[in-house]
Amino acid sequence: MQNNSLTTEQIRALIAKGKLKDTIFKAMGVFCLALALLVIVLLVADMVIKGSERFTVDFFLNFASRRAAQAGILSAWVGSLLVMLVTAFAAVPIGVAAGVYLEEYAKRNWITEIIEINITNLAAVPSIVYGLLALGIFVYQFGFGQSILSAGLTLALLILPIVIVSTREAIRAIPAMIREGSMAVGATRWQTCRYHIIPYAMPGILTGVIIGLARAIGETAPIITIGALTFIAFLPPVPYTTGADGVTAGLFDWVMSPFTVMPIQIFNWTSRPDPAFEVNAAAAGFVLMAMVLSMNAVAIYLRYKMRKNIKW
Amino acid sequence: MSANNPSDLPVVSDRLAHNAMRNVNERIIEALLFAAAAVSVLTTIGIVYVLVSESIHFFQHVSIVDFLTDTQWTPLFDDAHFGIMVLVSGTVVSSLVALLVAVPMGTIIAIYLSEFANAKLREIAKPILELLGGIPTIVFGYFALLMVTPLLQKFLPWLPGFSLLSAGLVMGIMIVPYIASLSEDAMRAVPMSLREGSYAMGATRLYTALHVVVPAAFSGLAASYILAISRAVGETMILAVAAGMQPNLTWNPTEPAATITSYIVQVALGDLPHGSIGYQTIFAAGLTLILITLMFNILGQWLRRRFRENY
Repeated sequence: MQNNSLTTEQIRALIAKGKLKDTIFKAMGVFCLALALLVIVLLVADMVIKGSERFTVDFFLNFASRRAAQAGILSAWVGSLLVMLVTAFAAVPIGVAAGVYLEEYAKRNWITEIIEINITNLAAVPSIVYGLLALGIFVYQFGFGQSILSAGLTLALLILPIVIVSTREAIRAIPAMIREGSMAVGATRWQTCRYHIIPYAMPGILTGVIIGLARAIGETAPIITIGALTFIAFLPPVPYTTGADGVTAGLFDWVMSPFTVMPIQIFNWTSRPDPAFEVNAAAAGFVLMAMVLSMNAVAIYLRYKMRKNIKW
Repeated sequence: MSANNPSDLPVVSDRLAHNAMRNVNERIIEALLFAAAAVSVLTTIGIVYVLVSESIHFFQHVSIVDFLTDTQWTPLFDDAHFGIMVLVSGTVVSSLVALLVAVPMGTIIAIYLSEFANAKLREIAKPILELLGGIPTIVFGYFALLMVTPLLQKFLPWLPGFSLLSAGLVMGIMIVPYIASLSEDAMRAVPMSLREGSYAMGATRLYTALHVVVPAAFSGLAASYILAISRAVGETMILAVAAGMQPNLTWNPTEPAATITSYIVQVALGDLPHGSIGYQTIFAAGLTLILITLMFNILGQWLRRRFRENY
């Protein structure tokens, strides 16, 4: 046996050593967090400074051009907006319905289990694989072509797990007494969902939808894979207007139109050798970041408010 | 009140009929909701169907042995070679660089937030990490190419304009929030009594964190690392922008190289006819990618079961 008795001095030294290690680790923790923050700040600052000369009304109202100074993002932001419209229209009803089914209807059996395992695994599938799926199924099998519809549906499949999971979490937070109360006065299961569960879960569902759409609007890889064009100098047809070719567009003609989106426009400008286009890429990157970060900020705020307000 | 009055009977049967109608409606709605839930299964079936059916066409032209052992990847040249290892090497190298950044940084942030930081700091730090995780990857690609690469070139003047190194570093930063938030959740789930026991024995915070909390939360940490690997392997735009798209069999991170994902992007940017061998290569590449991520997911599930601690 060793001599276990330490002098007071030795014990003090040990404690001091332990405290020093704690302090060093704390400093490392703060450093890593600061580094993460620094990356965001640097990124935004660089794009603002470099892109500042492009922050004009013209930049938003011009089509892409071979001359950097005249190139704008009109077709890109309109395209992003329309694709998001299709994505939201497809992902929200399907995602909410699937979440309601799994929480309120599904029996504990192997079919439910398969669906749940599937949703977990789909969340880990690389986004470019969704692009390949869309290329094979939407573009060629269904014949949707390289259209806004194909892109919107692809991104809808991509964010479906996010919408489903957030719907389920929001529903799970609603106490059983709400359901029991509703059913006690004779409501059916669907009436309970329709008038109680879904409305009360709405803030949580909305948070998930916004986070999902923020992810979708920044996605590039799957949309490149289905073959979105990088140079589009026209807008999709506005419903019930007559184009230059004398054909009046129907209500939904725009969904079949070729398109480009913000991330693809940025990719195109970033990969050009001419440094003048870097300025455009920076400006467009800032616009995209502003869209994504403000959507995320709204979602974070909503969740924060929700946590504070709801007390069952 | 007058339940015995015969004139009330038709009313009752009306309500019964109404009730039957309600049941039919309920059934229809349940079927619709089930269909929505089944979309996720259809998506998986669709992915497997597309990748496998196109890859079968591909492997009718190219033998699997060549695919796995050839050291050249030149599918669009006259002298076509289809050695997937060329693309896999780019994916492996860039992912390793990313993990070397993301695993230590993410773990340190997670331990710090869960064991050291007070609630107020956590409330601020978590949204910041979430914002970092929400930045579109194309913007990260811009960052890697136009900011990180020039910065690295100040220290390594011979570094080419495109490199796996700068793409990998930025990819690492991108992955940090995933590891940090999942690991933190896992560590916060460790019961307080374990820490209290450790403190009562005179252990410091750091000692408790590293020797009590981390081992107890190990299955959660492992799950977060596996997710990080999946993200790194599947990441596309950062590599397509900043790593160059030249197929290059290399293990050196300072060289430019194509990865599985950036090859798919490169082909998709061109105009390959539907059904050509070049078109089929991207599905074979996609199948390889999915198999790699699947492998890691299975490993992750095994790890989680193997090291799960119940309290």
